[in-house]
Amino acid sequence: MSKVTFRLIIINIFLSTAFANFEKELQTQLILAEPGDTITLDEGRFEILGTLSMEGKENIVIRGAGMDQTILSFSNQIEGAQGLSITNCKRIILENFTIQNTIGDGIKVQYTDGIVFRNIKAEWTGGPKETNGAYGLYPVQCSNVLIEHSMSIGASDAGLYVGQSKNIIVRNSEVYHNVAGIEIENSINADVYNNYAHDNTGGILIFDLPDLIQKSGKNVRIFNNLIENNNLDNFAPEGNIVGQVPPGTGIMVMAVEKVEIFKNTIRNNKTAGTTIVSYFITEEAIEDSLYNPYTASIYIHDNIYERESQLPTLNHDIGVLLALRFRCHVPDIIYDGMPDPRYANADGQIPADRRLCLENNLNAGYVNLDISKNFNKWYSPFIASFSTDKDECNCSQTPISAVKLNIIE
Amino acid sequence: MEYAKPNLSDYGFFKIPMKNQEPVAGILPFGIATELFSDYAEKLRFIQVPVNMKISVQADNTLLFPIGTTFIKTFYYFVDKYQPELGRRLIETRLLMNTIDGWLAFPYIWNEEQSDAVLAIAGDRMQVDWINEHGESMDILYSVPNVNQCKGCHVYENKLKPIGPKIRNLNMDYMYSDGSMNQLIKWESSGILSNLSEIAHLPRTAKANDFNETLNGRARAWIDINCAHCHRKGGPAETSGLFLELEQKNLRALGVMKPPIAAGRGTSKFKYTIVPGEPEKSIMLYRIRSTDPGIMMPELGRRLTHMEGAELVREWIKAMPKSGK
Repeated sequence: MSKVTFRLIIINIFLSTAFANFEKELQTQLILAEPGDTITLDEGRFEILGTLSMEGKENIVIRGAGMDQTILSFSNQIEGAQGLSITNCKRIILENFTIQNTIGDGIKVQYTDGIVFRNIKAEWTGGPKETNGAYGLYPVQCSNVLIEHSMSIGASDAGLYVGQSKNIIVRNSEVYHNVAGIEIENSINADVYNNYAHDNTGGILIFDLPDLIQKSGKNVRIFNNLIENNNLDNFAPEGNIVGQVPPGTGIMVMAVEKVEIFKNTIRNNKTAGTTIVSYFITEEAIEDSLYNPYTASIYIHDNIYERESQLPTLNHDIGVLLALRFRCHVPDIIYDGMPDPRYANADGQIPADRRLCLENNLNAGYVNLDISKNFNKWYSPFIASFSTDKDECNCSQTPISAVKLNIIE
Repeated sequence: MEYAKPNLSDYGFFKIPMKNQEPVAGILPFGIATELFSDYAEKLRFIQVPVNMKISVQADNTLLFPIGTTFIKTFYYFVDKYQPELGRRLIETRLLMNTIDGWLAFPYIWNEEQSDAVLAIAGDRMQVDWINEHGESMDILYSVPNVNQCKGCHVYENKLKPIGPKIRNLNMDYMYSDGSMNQLIKWESSGILSNLSEIAHLPRTAKANDFNETLNGRARAWIDINCAHCHRKGGPAETSGLFLELEQKNLRALGVMKPPIAAGRGTSKFKYTIVPGEPEKSIMLYRIRSTDPGIMMPELGRRLTHMEGAELVREWIKAMPKSGK
């Protein structure tokens, strides 16, 4: 064989691995798809080297042969951060496949009205690691989002993450070995139910952050979920907000208004079954004048709490404080006691419709950290007498209405 | 894809042999003050405006391009940057066409003989080598973007838009075959531009590689062209709250002491996009230097670090007064 032919063969092998036929054909289909098309992914495991993308399409289904039958593997990804990126689309259904080991996010969907993830798994197979991608399924700036019968395993930020979106349902899904199992951020009208969030750092997070385009997340219902053993060490890369979530968190609500948490079973999350805090807990400066850092109208009722006697995390300031004060018997519901002071009347009372209300929760212990009073000097939290009287939250809020999605489910 | 012809030659933009990249009459070459970094590829830019049509300068100094306007951009490498006589290899030519259906982008890949380029809507990857200005042999897997990736950068408020051809980026002299001239004046005198006001009153982007310009001007120009197509309101990275266009005046939006939103591994354990005076603690510089696809910025369009650009951003952050001093 001459040197030249040999070199050509090498080049051909390289080119075929650099842009394998499956990847090129699938990408071409994604570009040429017409409204009403179904793009079928065969059974098998396919190596993909660069982000697959779909843009500006309507009424498209991308359907695999089954969650564990069609696997798009990005273990050797060389280009782009996501596995699949969908932007500026309408009514897209993703079904029956797995996206594996992407360098960045698994599936990112942006500026899309009507997106269904059904039987979709995003996973990193090397266990929870800081080098895993940030988000598993990641719709952002979308409306009418449905995630169901889906999974995320190993995300170094949030597994099922919905950000800056409107009208959202996340249901019948399972998340584990993520930093945050499910996260709803800066979003309006979300129902999160029938999910199994276990063995994450935090099970379900409802956050509102400053400096973003869509602000004032509200109307979030978390119900009928099983949220247990979310005691994984926080493995988020440092510098990320989710890196501040204490290991052992079941549900955490930060800076959001109108959240209803009911009929969940929340057990053996060692640090906090449910935490309700303002953004001030992050100790970051706020320069966004339109941002509201406080929680309001939080209604927690009819949940079952269970907790083995165990120490909270000692890898987090709050955990250490709780350990010093409560040893192995940390209360289930932890409130920072920081309602928006602008709404307080002359006696310092917050109007009924903006309060934290607890009702009919089985086995729920409660503590009000009253941060503004008890944390003003470094030693104050160690001598403060925190209120654990849940009668101070003996009230109810108007139930939040169910989310209606404007898509074919 | 109805607007895309199968071969670049089908449009008749260039005289034969096409590899010389000499445009036919009516097509003008142009340059922009500071370029997007594309793995040290050299770029040739051309504009075609339909006969009897004009680009019009709007009140806010934006340019309104008539339907039928086409931007043509060819990417190439010299075989040896310091021996240009050894020739060059044309890699791809990207077209950005303004149609009644909006702007559309199509990549064409040059054949081995360099006689023509073929439409490649799904893009491609190819091995490319050259010798750079320091005499080093370079060898990269070059990526031609697919049409979605084109839009990934060129999108603004969900519509494809040109990035470089702005008044402030064009407002500079260009060496034409018949001598040097301000490009805007050339466009006006060639009959393709109307409503041009006094050049001296028009904004002008600094050249990032011109050391006669201010450090701030050079750095902001580099960040604008390399980052702001995504990092602006209406751009795909608006979710980050980091807005990097040249006109941005809010320091927090520019990243100063701003915590990241969804940076993932991109933080390198740093807490802020920019820490004044501390480039080595600033996420921005870290991501500009990285070549890891899960960390680097921009996310697409390069495998190499733009050493000169990274150094410029480093100097710029270094020169910012540290807070509290």
